Amino acid sequence: MGRPWVDATIAWLMRITTYAIVAVVAYIIFDIVVGGLPAISWEFVFGFPRRSGAEGGILPAIVGTLCLVLGTIAVALPLGMATAIYLSEYARRGRFTGMVRSAIVTLAGVPSIVFGLFGLGLFVLFLDMGASILAGSLTLACMVLPTIIVASEEAIQAVPQSLREGSLALGATKWETIRTNVLPYSIPGMLTGSILGIGRAAGETAPILLTVAAFYLPRLPRSVFDQVMALPYHLYVLATQHPEAEAVRPMQYGTALVLLLLVLGLSLAAILLRGRLRRKYRW
Amino acid sequence: MVEGQQYEDPGRPKVEAESVDFWYGPTQALFDVSMSVPARRVTALIGPSGCGKSTFLRTLNRMNDVIEGTRLAGRILIDGEDVYRAGTNVVALRKRVGMVFQKSNPFPKTIFENVAYGPRIHGTRNRAELIEIVEQSLIRAALWEEVKDRLDASAMGLSGGQQQRLCIARALAVDPEIILMDEPASALDPRSTARIEDLIDQLRVDYTIIIVTHNMQQAARVSDFTAFFFEGRLIEFGPTKQLFTTPTVKQTEDYITGRFG
Repeated sequence: MGRPWVDATIAWLMRITTYAIVAVVAYIIFDIVVGGLPAISWEFVFGFPRRSGAEGGILPAIVGTLCLVLGTIAVALPLGMATAIYLSEYARRGRFTGMVRSAIVTLAGVPSIVFGLFGLGLFVLFLDMGASILAGSLTLACMVLPTIIVASEEAIQAVPQSLREGSLALGATKWETIRTNVLPYSIPGMLTGSILGIGRAAGETAPILLTVAAFYLPRLPRSVFDQVMALPYHLYVLATQHPEAEAVRPMQYGTALVLLLLVLGLSLAAILLRGRLRRKYRW
Repeated sequence: MVEGQQYEDPGRPKVEAESVDFWYGPTQALFDVSMSVPARRVTALIGPSGCGKSTFLRTLNRMNDVIEGTRLAGRILIDGEDVYRAGTNVVALRKRVGMVFQKSNPFPKTIFENVAYGPRIHGTRNRAELIEIVEQSLIRAALWEEVKDRLDASAMGLSGGQQQRLCIARALAVDPEIILMDEPASALDPRSTARIEDLIDQLRVDYTIIIVTHNMQQAARVSDFTAFFFEGRLIEFGPTKQLFTTPTVKQTEDYITGRFG
Protein backbone atom coordinates (compact mmCIF):
# COMPACT_ATOMS: atom_id res chain seq x y z
CA MET A 1 0.00 0.00 0.00
CA GLY A 2 1.33 3.43 -0.83
CA ARG A 3 1.88 5.57 2.20
CA PRO A 4 3.21 8.85 0.89
CA TRP A 5 4.66 10.02 4.20
CA VAL A 6 6.90 6.92 4.41
CA ASP A 7 8.29 7.73 1.02
CA ALA A 8 8.80 11.37 1.91
CA THR A 9 10.53 10.48 5.19
CA ILE A 10 12.90 8.07 3.50
CA ALA A 11 13.73 10.63 0.85
CA TRP A 12 14.48 13.19 3.57
CA LEU A 13 16.64 10.76 5.55
CA MET A 14 18.69 10.07 2.43
CA ARG A 15 18.96 13.76 1.73
CA ILE A 16 20.13 14.56 5.27
CA THR A 17 22.79 11.83 5.14
CA THR A 18 24.05 13.22 1.86
CA TYR A 19 24.15 16.74 3.25
CA ALA A 20 25.95 15.50 6.36
CA ILE A 21 28.73 14.01 4.23
CA VAL A 22 29.07 17.21 2.24
CA ALA A 23 29.11 19.18 5.49
CA VAL A 24 31.94 17.07 6.93
CA VAL A 25 34.05 17.50 3.79
CA ALA A 26 33.29 21.21 3.69
CA TYR A 27 34.28 21.62 7.34
CA ILE A 28 37.59 19.79 6.89
CA ILE A 29 38.49 21.86 3.84
CA PHE A 30 37.31 25.08 5.52
CA ASP A 31 39.35 24.37 8.66
CA ILE A 32 42.50 23.57 6.68
CA VAL A 33 42.14 26.57 4.40
CA VAL A 34 41.46 29.00 7.27
CA GLY A 35 44.28 27.57 9.37
CA GLY A 36 46.72 27.12 6.50
CA LEU A 37 46.27 30.22 4.37
CA PRO A 38 48.09 32.60 6.76
CA ALA A 39 51.11 30.28 6.75
CA ILE A 40 51.35 30.19 2.96
CA SER A 41 53.98 32.52 1.61
CA TRP A 42 56.68 32.51 -1.03
CA GLU A 43 59.19 31.43 1.53
CA PHE A 44 56.93 28.68 2.85
CA VAL A 45 56.43 27.06 -0.55
CA PHE A 46 59.85 27.69 -2.07
CA GLY A 47 62.05 27.86 1.03
CA PHE A 48 64.01 25.31 3.01
CA PRO A 49 63.03 24.40 6.55
CA ARG A 50 65.00 25.70 9.51
CA ARG A 51 65.04 24.70 13.20
CA SER A 52 63.53 21.22 12.53
CA GLY A 53 60.75 22.72 10.47
CA ALA A 54 59.65 25.27 13.04
CA GLU A 55 60.62 28.02 10.63
CA GLY A 56 61.29 28.41 6.94
CA GLY A 57 59.59 26.50 4.14
CA ILE A 58 58.67 23.01 3.02
CA LEU A 59 60.14 22.89 -0.50
CA PRO A 60 62.05 19.62 0.12
CA ALA A 61 58.85 17.93 1.27
CA ILE A 62 56.90 19.20 -1.76
CA VAL A 63 59.64 18.09 -4.14
CA GLY A 64 59.92 14.78 -2.29
CA THR A 65 56.22 14.04 -2.63
CA LEU A 66 56.25 15.05 -6.31
CA CYS A 67 59.20 12.70 -6.88
CA LEU A 68 57.34 9.88 -5.19
CA VAL A 69 54.19 10.55 -7.22
CA LEU A 70 56.16 10.54 -10.49
CA GLY A 71 58.09 7.45 -9.46
CA THR A 72 54.88 5.67 -8.52
CA ILE A 73 53.27 6.59 -11.85
CA ALA A 74 56.33 5.44 -13.77
CA VAL A 75 56.33 2.05 -12.07
CA ALA A 76 52.67 1.33 -11.41
CA LEU A 77 50.95 2.68 -14.52
CA PRO A 78 52.64 0.45 -17.12
CA LEU A 79 52.56 -2.58 -14.84
CA GLY A 80 48.92 -2.09 -13.88
CA MET A 81 47.75 -1.37 -17.42
CA ALA A 82 49.63 -4.36 -18.82
CA THR A 83 48.12 -6.61 -16.15
CA ALA A 84 44.64 -5.28 -16.86
CA ILE A 85 45.05 -5.79 -20.60
CA TYR A 86 46.32 -9.31 -20.02
CA LEU A 87 43.53 -10.21 -17.62
CA SER A 88 40.67 -8.83 -19.66
CA GLU A 89 41.85 -9.52 -23.20
CA TYR A 90 44.17 -12.51 -23.14
CA ALA A 91 43.74 -14.62 -20.03
CA ARG A 92 41.30 -17.51 -20.26
CA ARG A 93 38.77 -17.72 -17.48
CA GLY A 94 40.07 -20.46 -15.27
CA ARG A 95 41.53 -21.35 -11.93
CA PHE A 96 44.72 -19.39 -12.55
CA THR A 97 43.03 -16.09 -13.45
CA GLY A 98 40.66 -16.65 -10.54
CA MET A 99 43.69 -16.85 -8.26
CA VAL A 100 45.24 -13.74 -9.79
CA ARG A 101 42.01 -11.84 -9.29
CA SER A 102 41.64 -12.83 -5.65
CA ALA A 103 45.29 -11.90 -5.13
CA ILE A 104 44.55 -8.43 -6.49
CA VAL A 105 41.49 -8.02 -4.28
CA THR A 106 43.49 -9.16 -1.26
CA LEU A 107 46.29 -6.77 -2.13
CA ALA A 108 43.75 -3.92 -2.17
CA GLY A 109 42.76 -4.79 1.38
CA VAL A 110 46.27 -4.94 2.85
CA PRO A 111 46.85 -2.14 5.42
CA SER A 112 49.31 0.48 4.22
CA ILE A 113 51.74 -0.08 7.12
CA VAL A 114 52.11 -3.67 5.95
CA PHE A 115 53.15 -2.35 2.56
CA GLY A 116 55.63 -0.17 4.40
CA LEU A 117 57.13 -3.15 6.20
CA PHE A 118 57.13 -5.17 2.98
CA GLY A 119 58.95 -2.34 1.22
CA LEU A 120 61.45 -2.11 4.04
CA GLY A 121 62.13 -5.83 3.90
CA LEU A 122 62.26 -6.27 0.13
CA PHE A 123 63.42 -3.02 -1.44
CA VAL A 124 65.33 -1.25 1.33
CA LEU A 125 67.09 -4.21 2.93
CA PHE A 126 67.02 -7.30 0.72
CA LEU A 127 67.52 -5.48 -2.60
CA ASP A 128 69.79 -3.04 -0.80
CA MET A 129 68.26 0.13 -2.21
CA GLY A 130 68.42 1.78 1.18
CA ALA A 131 65.81 4.32 2.20
CA SER A 132 65.40 6.07 -1.15
CA ILE A 133 62.98 7.55 -3.65
CA LEU A 134 63.30 4.32 -5.61
CA ALA A 135 62.34 2.11 -2.67
CA GLY A 136 59.51 4.44 -1.67
CA SER A 137 58.10 4.66 -5.19
CA LEU A 138 58.21 0.89 -5.61
CA THR A 139 56.42 0.44 -2.27
CA LEU A 140 53.73 2.97 -3.17
CA ALA A 141 53.43 1.34 -6.59
CA CYS A 142 52.68 -2.03 -4.96
CA MET A 143 50.02 -0.32 -2.93
CA VAL A 144 48.23 1.39 -5.84
CA LEU A 145 48.56 -1.49 -8.30
CA PRO A 146 45.18 -3.04 -7.36
CA THR A 147 43.41 0.30 -7.86
CA ILE A 148 45.05 0.78 -11.23
CA ILE A 149 44.34 -2.78 -12.36
CA VAL A 150 40.70 -2.67 -11.34
CA ALA A 151 40.11 0.78 -12.85
CA SER A 152 41.86 -0.23 -16.06
CA GLU A 153 39.96 -3.48 -16.36
CA GLU A 154 36.67 -1.68 -15.94
CA ALA A 155 37.66 0.82 -18.60
CA ILE A 156 38.68 -1.97 -20.99
CA GLN A 157 35.51 -3.94 -20.40
CA ALA A 158 33.40 -0.87 -21.10
CA VAL A 159 34.52 -1.05 -24.74
CA PRO A 160 31.75 -2.90 -26.60
CA GLN A 161 32.65 -6.41 -27.75
CA SER A 162 31.15 -5.54 -31.13
CA LEU A 163 34.07 -3.19 -31.85
CA ARG A 164 36.59 -5.96 -31.20
CA GLU A 165 34.64 -8.32 -33.44
CA GLY A 166 34.38 -5.67 -36.15
CA SER A 167 38.12 -5.24 -36.10
CA LEU A 168 38.95 -8.96 -35.97
CA ALA A 169 36.51 -9.64 -38.80
CA LEU A 170 38.52 -7.30 -41.01
CA GLY A 171 41.57 -9.45 -40.45
CA ALA A 172 43.17 -7.44 -37.69
CA THR A 173 45.28 -9.43 -35.25
CA LYS A 174 44.40 -9.46 -31.60
CA TRP A 175 47.07 -6.93 -30.71
CA GLU A 176 46.13 -4.64 -33.62
CA THR A 177 42.55 -4.79 -32.40
CA ILE A 178 43.55 -3.94 -28.85
CA ARG A 179 45.92 -1.20 -29.93
CA THR A 180 43.56 0.52 -32.36
CA ASN A 181 40.11 -0.34 -31.10
CA VAL A 182 40.30 -1.02 -27.39
CA LEU A 183 43.05 1.09 -25.86
CA PRO A 184 42.19 4.43 -27.48
CA TYR A 185 38.69 4.25 -26.01
CA SER A 186 39.66 2.88 -22.63
CA ILE A 187 42.72 4.99 -21.86
CA PRO A 188 40.69 7.94 -20.51
CA GLY A 189 39.06 5.67 -17.94
CA MET A 190 42.35 3.92 -17.17
CA LEU A 191 44.16 7.19 -16.55
CA THR A 192 41.42 8.69 -14.45
CA GLY A 193 41.11 5.72 -12.14
CA SER A 194 44.86 5.40 -11.90
CA ILE A 195 45.57 9.03 -11.14
CA LEU A 196 42.87 9.09 -8.48
CA GLY A 197 44.51 6.06 -6.88
CA ILE A 198 47.95 7.63 -7.08
CA GLY A 199 46.55 10.83 -5.58
CA ARG A 200 45.49 8.83 -2.56
CA ALA A 201 48.91 7.23 -2.35
CA ALA A 202 50.52 10.68 -2.41
CA GLY A 203 48.91 11.38 0.94
CA GLU A 204 49.95 8.09 2.56
CA THR A 205 52.42 8.13 5.44
CA ALA A 206 52.84 4.52 6.47
CA PRO A 207 54.34 3.11 3.24
CA ILE A 208 56.95 5.86 2.98
CA LEU A 209 57.72 5.98 6.69
CA LEU A 210 60.05 2.99 6.53
CA THR A 211 61.19 3.20 2.92
CA VAL A 212 62.05 6.77 2.00
CA ALA A 213 60.80 9.58 4.20
CA ALA A 214 63.38 11.64 6.04
CA PHE A 215 62.58 13.20 9.39
CA TYR A 216 64.47 16.36 8.56
CA LEU A 217 66.55 16.82 5.42
CA PRO A 218 66.66 20.43 4.31
CA ARG A 219 68.00 19.88 0.80
CA LEU A 220 66.72 18.62 -2.55
CA PRO A 221 67.29 15.04 -3.73
CA ARG A 222 70.08 14.48 -6.27
CA SER A 223 69.18 10.99 -7.45
CA VAL A 224 66.57 8.29 -7.01
CA PHE A 225 68.79 6.75 -4.35
CA ASP A 226 68.40 9.80 -2.12
CA GLN A 227 66.14 10.00 0.88
CA VAL A 228 63.60 12.80 0.75
CA MET A 229 61.19 14.54 3.03
CA ALA A 230 57.54 14.05 2.08
CA LEU A 231 54.46 16.14 2.86
CA PRO A 232 52.38 13.60 4.78
CA TYR A 233 55.31 12.48 6.92
CA HIS A 234 56.44 16.07 7.50
CA LEU A 235 52.92 16.84 8.68
CA TYR A 236 53.02 13.88 11.02
CA VAL A 237 56.39 14.95 12.39
CA LEU A 238 55.28 18.55 12.94
CA ALA A 239 52.06 17.48 14.61
CA THR A 240 53.31 14.75 16.92
CA GLN A 241 57.11 14.60 17.06
CA HIS A 242 58.07 18.24 17.17
CA PRO A 243 59.12 19.57 20.61
CA GLU A 244 57.13 22.75 20.01
CA ALA A 245 54.05 21.12 18.49
CA GLU A 246 51.76 23.96 19.62
CA ALA A 247 54.03 26.68 18.33
CA VAL A 248 54.38 25.15 14.86
CA ARG A 249 50.59 24.83 14.41
CA PRO A 250 50.53 27.28 11.45
CA MET A 251 53.27 25.26 9.77
CA GLN A 252 51.16 22.10 10.20
CA TYR A 253 48.12 23.77 8.68
CA GLY A 254 50.17 25.19 5.85
CA THR A 255 51.63 21.76 5.08
CA ALA A 256 48.18 20.16 5.21
CA LEU A 257 46.84 22.78 2.81
CA VAL A 258 49.66 22.24 0.33
CA LEU A 259 49.17 18.46 0.49
CA LEU A 260 45.43 18.87 -0.01
CA LEU A 261 45.93 21.16 -2.99
CA LEU A 262 48.40 18.74 -4.51
CA VAL A 263 46.04 15.78 -4.22
CA LEU A 264 43.03 17.78 -5.39
CA GLY A 265 45.15 19.09 -8.26
CA LEU A 266 45.95 15.54 -9.33
CA SER A 267 42.27 14.56 -9.19
CA LEU A 268 41.27 17.64 -11.12
CA ALA A 269 43.89 16.89 -13.76
CA ALA A 270 42.51 13.35 -14.05
CA ILE A 271 38.97 14.60 -14.49
CA LEU A 272 39.92 17.22 -17.07
CA LEU A 273 41.95 14.67 -18.99
CA ARG A 274 39.02 12.27 -19.01
CA GLY A 275 36.69 14.96 -20.28
CA ARG A 276 39.06 15.86 -23.08
CA LEU A 277 39.66 12.30 -24.23
CA ARG A 278 35.99 11.38 -23.90
CA ARG A 279 34.96 14.09 -26.28
CA LYS A 280 37.33 12.61 -28.80
CA TYR A 281 35.99 9.07 -28.68
CA ARG A 282 32.34 8.37 -28.25
CA TRP A 283 30.20 5.47 -29.28
CA MET B 1 14.91 -12.91 -57.43
CA VAL B 2 14.13 -12.31 -61.07
CA GLU B 3 11.45 -14.64 -62.36
CA GLY B 4 12.75 -17.33 -64.69
CA GLN B 5 16.38 -16.49 -64.05
CA GLN B 6 18.58 -19.34 -65.20
CA TYR B 7 21.70 -20.46 -63.40
CA GLU B 8 24.74 -21.48 -65.29
CA ASP B 9 26.66 -24.28 -63.65
CA PRO B 10 28.29 -22.55 -60.66
CA GLY B 11 31.35 -24.77 -60.95
CA ARG B 12 33.38 -25.57 -57.89
CA PRO B 13 31.59 -24.51 -54.70
CA LYS B 14 33.19 -21.58 -52.93
CA VAL B 15 32.46 -22.85 -49.44
CA GLU B 16 31.93 -26.47 -48.45
CA ALA B 17 30.98 -27.70 -45.01
CA GLU B 18 31.65 -31.36 -44.39
CA SER B 19 29.92 -32.99 -41.41
CA VAL B 20 30.39 -29.98 -39.18
CA ASP B 21 29.64 -30.42 -35.48
CA PHE B 22 30.05 -27.47 -33.17
CA TRP B 23 30.03 -27.05 -29.42
CA TYR B 24 29.80 -24.13 -26.99
CA GLY B 25 31.44 -25.80 -24.02
CA PRO B 26 29.32 -28.90 -23.36
CA THR B 27 26.40 -27.69 -25.49
CA GLN B 28 26.32 -28.91 -29.04
CA ALA B 29 25.00 -26.24 -31.39
CA LEU B 30 25.56 -27.82 -34.81
CA PHE B 31 25.03 -31.44 -35.80
CA ASP B 32 26.57 -32.94 -38.89
CA VAL B 33 26.04 -29.93 -41.16
CA SER B 34 27.16 -30.49 -44.74
CA MET B 35 26.51 -28.04 -47.52
CA SER B 36 28.09 -26.49 -50.59
CA VAL B 37 27.78 -22.78 -51.17
CA PRO B 38 28.16 -21.78 -54.81
CA ALA B 39 30.45 -18.89 -55.79
CA ARG B 40 29.03 -15.47 -56.69
CA ARG B 41 25.56 -16.26 -55.47
CA VAL B 42 23.54 -15.16 -52.49
CA THR B 43 22.82 -17.96 -50.07
CA ALA B 44 20.35 -17.35 -47.26
CA LEU B 45 20.38 -19.22 -43.96
CA ILE B 46 16.96 -19.29 -42.35
CA GLY B 47 15.41 -20.95 -39.34
CA PRO B 48 13.96 -20.14 -35.92
CA SER B 49 16.04 -18.43 -33.21
CA GLY B 50 18.70 -20.69 -31.77
CA CYS B 51 18.68 -23.03 -34.75
CA GLY B 52 22.41 -22.61 -35.33
CA LYS B 53 22.34 -20.48 -38.47
CA SER B 54 24.40 -17.66 -36.94
CA THR B 55 26.76 -20.16 -35.34
CA PHE B 56 27.28 -21.80 -38.71
CA LEU B 57 27.90 -18.42 -40.35
CA ARG B 58 30.54 -17.58 -37.74
CA THR B 59 32.38 -20.84 -38.28
CA LEU B 60 33.14 -19.73 -41.85
CA ASN B 61 35.49 -16.90 -40.85
CA ARG B 62 36.38 -18.55 -37.54
CA MET B 63 34.74 -15.73 -35.60
CA ASN B 64 33.67 -18.32 -33.04
CA ASP B 65 37.34 -18.68 -32.13
CA VAL B 66 37.02 -15.57 -29.98
CA ILE B 67 34.42 -17.28 -27.77
CA GLU B 68 36.04 -19.35 -25.06
CA GLY B 69 35.40 -23.07 -24.90
CA THR B 70 34.12 -23.57 -28.45
CA ARG B 71 35.05 -26.61 -30.51
CA LEU B 72 34.46 -27.72 -34.07
CA ALA B 73 34.60 -31.13 -35.70
CA GLY B 74 34.36 -31.77 -39.42
CA ARG B 75 35.80 -29.59 -42.15
CA ILE B 76 35.07 -26.18 -43.61
CA LEU B 77 36.62 -25.79 -47.04
CA ILE B 78 37.03 -22.50 -48.84
CA ASP B 79 38.21 -22.98 -52.41
CA GLY B 80 38.98 -26.54 -51.33
CA GLU B 81 41.19 -25.59 -48.40
CA ASP B 82 40.30 -26.52 -44.85
CA VAL B 83 40.19 -23.31 -42.84
CA TYR B 84 40.43 -25.20 -39.55
CA ARG B 85 43.60 -27.01 -40.55
CA ALA B 86 46.37 -26.43 -38.05
CA GLY B 87 48.56 -23.54 -39.14
CA THR B 88 45.81 -21.71 -41.01
CA ASN B 89 46.43 -17.98 -41.08
CA VAL B 90 43.22 -16.69 -39.50
CA VAL B 91 44.10 -13.10 -40.38
CA ALA B 92 44.42 -13.99 -44.06
CA LEU B 93 41.19 -16.00 -43.85
CA ARG B 94 39.25 -13.06 -42.43
CA LYS B 95 40.64 -10.80 -45.10
CA ARG B 96 39.10 -13.14 -47.70
CA VAL B 97 35.90 -13.67 -45.74
CA GLY B 98 34.39 -10.36 -44.68
CA MET B 99 31.58 -10.03 -42.18
CA VAL B 100 28.73 -7.64 -41.50
CA PHE B 101 27.09 -7.88 -38.12
CA GLN B 102 23.51 -7.71 -36.95
CA LYS B 103 24.06 -4.56 -34.97
CA SER B 104 26.06 -2.10 -37.03
CA ASN B 105 29.40 -1.58 -35.33
CA PRO B 106 31.24 1.33 -36.90
CA PHE B 107 34.37 2.32 -35.03
CA PRO B 108 34.05 5.61 -33.14
CA LYS B 109 36.36 7.22 -35.68
CA THR B 110 35.75 9.24 -38.81
CA ILE B 111 33.94 7.79 -41.81
CA PHE B 112 37.22 7.78 -43.71
CA GLU B 113 39.11 6.04 -40.91
CA ASN B 114 36.43 3.36 -40.68
CA VAL B 115 36.79 2.36 -44.31
CA ALA B 116 40.57 2.84 -44.37
CA TYR B 117 41.01 0.68 -41.26
CA GLY B 118 41.16 -2.66 -43.06
CA PRO B 119 43.51 -1.64 -45.88
CA ARG B 120 45.76 0.07 -43.32
CA ILE B 121 46.20 -2.98 -41.13
CA HIS B 122 46.90 -4.99 -44.27
CA GLY B 123 49.73 -2.68 -45.15
CA THR B 124 48.40 0.05 -47.43
CA ARG B 125 50.20 3.20 -46.32
CA ASN B 126 50.01 5.35 -49.42
CA ARG B 127 47.51 8.15 -48.78
CA ALA B 128 46.37 8.50 -52.40
CA GLU B 129 45.82 4.76 -52.60
CA LEU B 130 43.79 4.81 -49.37
CA ILE B 131 41.64 7.67 -50.64
CA GLU B 132 40.95 5.69 -53.81
CA ILE B 133 40.02 2.54 -51.85
CA VAL B 134 37.75 4.48 -49.49
CA GLU B 135 35.94 6.17 -52.37
CA GLN B 136 35.51 2.95 -54.35
CA SER B 137 34.28 1.04 -51.30
CA LEU B 138 31.77 3.72 -50.37
CA ILE B 139 30.53 3.84 -53.96
CA ARG B 140 30.08 0.06 -54.01
CA ALA B 141 28.25 0.25 -50.69
CA ALA B 142 25.92 2.92 -52.14
CA LEU B 143 26.93 5.40 -49.46
CA TRP B 144 29.31 7.70 -51.34
CA GLU B 145 26.78 10.29 -52.42
CA GLU B 146 25.55 10.72 -48.85
CA VAL B 147 28.93 11.05 -47.16
CA LYS B 148 31.41 12.33 -49.74
CA ASP B 149 31.38 15.82 -48.23
CA ARG B 150 31.89 14.70 -44.66
CA LEU B 151 34.43 11.90 -44.73
CA ASP B 152 36.13 13.45 -41.72
CA ALA B 153 32.95 13.48 -39.64
CA SER B 154 32.43 10.82 -37.01
CA ALA B 155 30.77 7.65 -38.20
CA MET B 156 28.66 7.75 -35.07
CA GLY B 157 26.67 10.65 -36.55
CA LEU B 158 25.29 8.51 -39.38
CA SER B 159 21.80 7.00 -39.29
CA GLY B 160 21.40 3.29 -38.51
CA GLY B 161 20.99 2.36 -42.16
CA GLN B 162 23.98 4.47 -43.17
CA GLN B 163 26.08 2.93 -40.41
CA GLN B 164 25.26 -0.53 -41.69
CA ARG B 165 26.20 0.44 -45.25
CA LEU B 166 29.40 1.93 -43.84
CA CYS B 167 30.14 -1.44 -42.25
CA ILE B 168 29.58 -3.06 -45.63
CA ALA B 169 31.94 -0.52 -47.23
CA ARG B 170 34.47 -1.26 -44.51
CA ALA B 171 34.25 -4.97 -45.31
CA LEU B 172 34.54 -4.32 -49.07
CA ALA B 173 37.65 -2.19 -48.55
CA VAL B 174 39.82 -5.22 -47.81
CA ASP B 175 38.66 -6.79 -51.08
CA PRO B 176 37.09 -10.00 -49.72
CA GLU B 177 35.83 -12.88 -51.85
CA ILE B 178 33.07 -13.89 -49.50
CA ILE B 179 30.82 -11.64 -47.42
CA LEU B 180 28.99 -13.03 -44.42
CA MET B 181 25.99 -11.06 -43.24
CA ASP B 182 24.43 -11.80 -39.90
CA GLU B 183 20.89 -10.39 -40.06
CA PRO B 184 22.25 -7.15 -41.50
CA ALA B 185 18.87 -5.43 -41.72
CA SER B 186 17.07 -6.71 -38.65
CA ALA B 187 17.58 -3.48 -36.70
CA LEU B 188 16.67 -1.20 -39.61
CA ASP B 189 13.48 0.47 -40.78
CA PRO B 190 11.83 -0.79 -44.01
CA ARG B 191 13.40 1.90 -46.20
CA SER B 192 16.92 1.22 -44.96
CA THR B 193 16.23 -2.50 -45.28
CA ALA B 194 15.23 -2.03 -48.90
CA ARG B 195 18.50 -0.17 -49.58
CA ILE B 196 20.53 -2.97 -48.02
CA GLU B 197 18.64 -5.52 -50.11
CA ASP B 198 19.29 -3.50 -53.29
CA LEU B 199 22.92 -3.37 -52.32
CA ILE B 200 23.10 -7.14 -51.85
CA ASP B 201 21.57 -7.49 -55.28
CA GLN B 202 24.39 -5.40 -56.77
CA LEU B 203 27.14 -7.15 -54.85
CA ARG B 204 26.12 -10.67 -55.88
CA VAL B 205 27.88 -10.20 -59.22
CA ASP B 206 31.32 -10.01 -57.62
CA TYR B 207 31.03 -11.66 -54.24
CA THR B 208 29.84 -14.86 -52.67
CA ILE B 209 27.31 -13.69 -50.11
CA ILE B 210 25.95 -15.73 -47.24
CA ILE B 211 23.22 -14.02 -45.30
CA VAL B 212 21.47 -15.06 -42.11
CA THR B 213 17.96 -13.71 -41.90
CA HIS B 214 14.91 -14.08 -39.73
CA ASN B 215 12.80 -12.61 -42.42
CA MET B 216 11.59 -15.19 -44.92
CA GLN B 217 10.34 -12.61 -47.39
CA GLN B 218 13.84 -11.17 -47.33
CA ALA B 219 15.38 -14.58 -47.97
CA ALA B 220 12.98 -15.09 -50.86
CA ARG B 221 13.74 -11.63 -52.26
CA VAL B 222 17.52 -11.55 -52.10
CA SER B 223 18.81 -15.10 -52.24
CA ASP B 224 19.54 -17.60 -54.97
CA PHE B 225 19.88 -20.50 -52.55
CA THR B 226 18.35 -21.07 -49.16
CA ALA B 227 19.36 -23.34 -46.31
CA PHE B 228 16.84 -24.11 -43.60
CA PHE B 229 18.31 -24.86 -40.17
CA PHE B 230 16.41 -26.35 -37.28
CA GLU B 231 17.77 -27.34 -33.87
CA GLY B 232 21.36 -27.30 -35.04
CA ARG B 233 20.77 -29.39 -38.15
CA LEU B 234 20.61 -28.43 -41.78
CA ILE B 235 17.15 -29.65 -42.73
CA GLU B 236 16.97 -28.59 -46.33
CA PHE B 237 19.13 -26.76 -48.82
CA GLY B 238 18.33 -25.85 -52.41
CA PRO B 239 17.51 -23.10 -54.90
CA THR B 240 15.42 -20.50 -53.08
CA LYS B 241 12.51 -20.71 -55.48
CA GLN B 242 12.30 -24.45 -55.15
CA LEU B 243 12.64 -24.40 -51.36
CA PHE B 244 9.88 -21.86 -50.98
CA THR B 245 7.46 -23.36 -53.50
CA THR B 246 8.02 -27.07 -53.22
CA PRO B 247 9.90 -27.88 -50.04
CA THR B 248 10.70 -31.55 -49.78
CA VAL B 249 10.84 -31.79 -46.00
CA LYS B 250 7.77 -31.37 -43.80
CA GLN B 251 9.60 -29.18 -41.23
CA THR B 252 10.66 -26.73 -43.94
CA GLU B 253 7.13 -26.48 -45.17
CA ASP B 254 5.81 -25.92 -41.67
CA TYR B 255 8.35 -23.18 -41.07
CA ILE B 256 7.93 -21.27 -44.31
CA THR B 257 4.16 -21.43 -44.10
CA GLY B 258 4.38 -19.95 -40.65
CA ARG B 259 3.18 -22.94 -38.67
CA PHE B 260 6.03 -22.47 -36.18
CA GLY B 261 9.12 -20.39 -35.60
